[in-house]
Amino acid sequence: MTTTLRLNEPIPGSRIIAVGGSRGENLVPNDDIVGPINSSDEWITQRTGIKTRARADEGTTILDLAARAAEDALARSGVSAADLDAVIVATVTHFEQTPALATLLTERLGATPAAAFDISAACAGYCYGIAQADALVRAGTAEHVLVVGVERMSDFIDPTDRTISFLLGDGAGAAVVGRSDTPKIGPTVWGSDGSLAGAIYQTRPWLDYRREELGEPAPERAELAEEVSQMVSPTLRQQGPTVFKWVITNIPKLARRTIEAAGLTPQDIDVFVPHQANMRITDQLLKTMGLRDDVVVGRDIADTGNTSAASIPLATERLLREGAAKSGDVALQIGFGAGMAFAGQVVILP
Amino acid sequence: MAHSESEILEGLAEIVNEETGLPTDAVTADKSFTDDLDIDSLTMMTVVSVAEEKFGVTIPDEDVKNLTTVGDAVSFIAQAQA
Repeated sequence: MTTTLRLNEPIPGSRIIAVGGSRGENLVPNDDIVGPINSSDEWITQRTGIKTRARADEGTTILDLAARAAEDALARSGVSAADLDAVIVATVTHFEQTPALATLLTERLGATPAAAFDISAACAGYCYGIAQADALVRAGTAEHVLVVGVERMSDFIDPTDRTISFLLGDGAGAAVVGRSDTPKIGPTVWGSDGSLAGAIYQTRPWLDYRREELGEPAPERAELAEEVSQMVSPTLRQQGPTVFKWVITNIPKLARRTIEAAGLTPQDIDVFVPHQANMRITDQLLKTMGLRDDVVVGRDIADTGNTSAASIPLATERLLREGAAKSGDVALQIGFGAGMAFAGQVVILP
Repeated sequence: MAHSESEILEGLAEIVNEETGLPTDAVTADKSFTDDLDIDSLTMMTVVSVAEEKFGVTIPDEDVKNLTTVGDAVSFIAQAQA
């Protein structure tokens, strides 16, 4: 005899109830970081569109950033922390294997015993998190889900690195996701390409340090970097032109599929919020995506820098706060980053 | 159908014009992308990406740095489509 299990009553749709954000306290101008990389304000501005990047005070932890953004989003949503059923944190800069930052955040917010876990999808992390939240809500597994993209990239940079460090900022963006009578988060279109794992990478695996301590030889591995870091601790590197080309070749196709999946056309998109990787990438994407001329575009990178998993919710939060975008607007959000993890959704802005 | 070298040159000139605003007749085989046309690495990647689509070829990233002049790119694309 086959036993049939009962499922939760499916929910017709989910929505982002509110977003919130928190940026590193200091807006660091290009002139303050160009010395060790022998660069100039002009070069950085022309190559990236970045004028300042948000960097956190020494005493501000990644948990502090996450909690501030979460509290902001919760306050705007009217949902209390105690009503959260799940907390998802997307990050690559929580430098402890375990426990997950999401569990610490859940406790800090007063949301215990909500389910809590971290996801590692780099700059696509927030969109991966929204995909999870949407699915959890519609399956009836959770009624309210908090998604936080947070990075303290300051802990991961090399001041002498000319490939990526000068782009990076610290911050957190959060979204409270809940039930909706009609879908306000469209289908997620996502994927990855690990064949490009060497395009954005950590210079040294953590296990090297343990092997060193135990006197074990480090394993042979392919040389990833043309430029090797002088730093003992692991830091980030990227092959900028390779990443740029991959993004401008692949992301417009992803955008079209994402918009189609939601039953819309590019002309229906009011707001475009790409991962804030580089203003040049954003501009190049806009040239080929067929969006309306009056589409509102997230350009938070100019002041905040590239905050990886936090960049999309931070850009969204800013557009709403400053009135450039409004509640009910149709927004296309697309994240992409290391491992060439990528994900996009069309969402109705809260 | 394979494009002739003159067609490739003409096509590249159109792409460079589109991406940088330089007049197409400034884009000749002897010009250096970096030194003469003032094309930086990101714009170069855009040109390469559009050229791949236009000519139906693949230009691996590691080969892009060897494409110093417009003529180098024309030869590479001509051989890649063969």
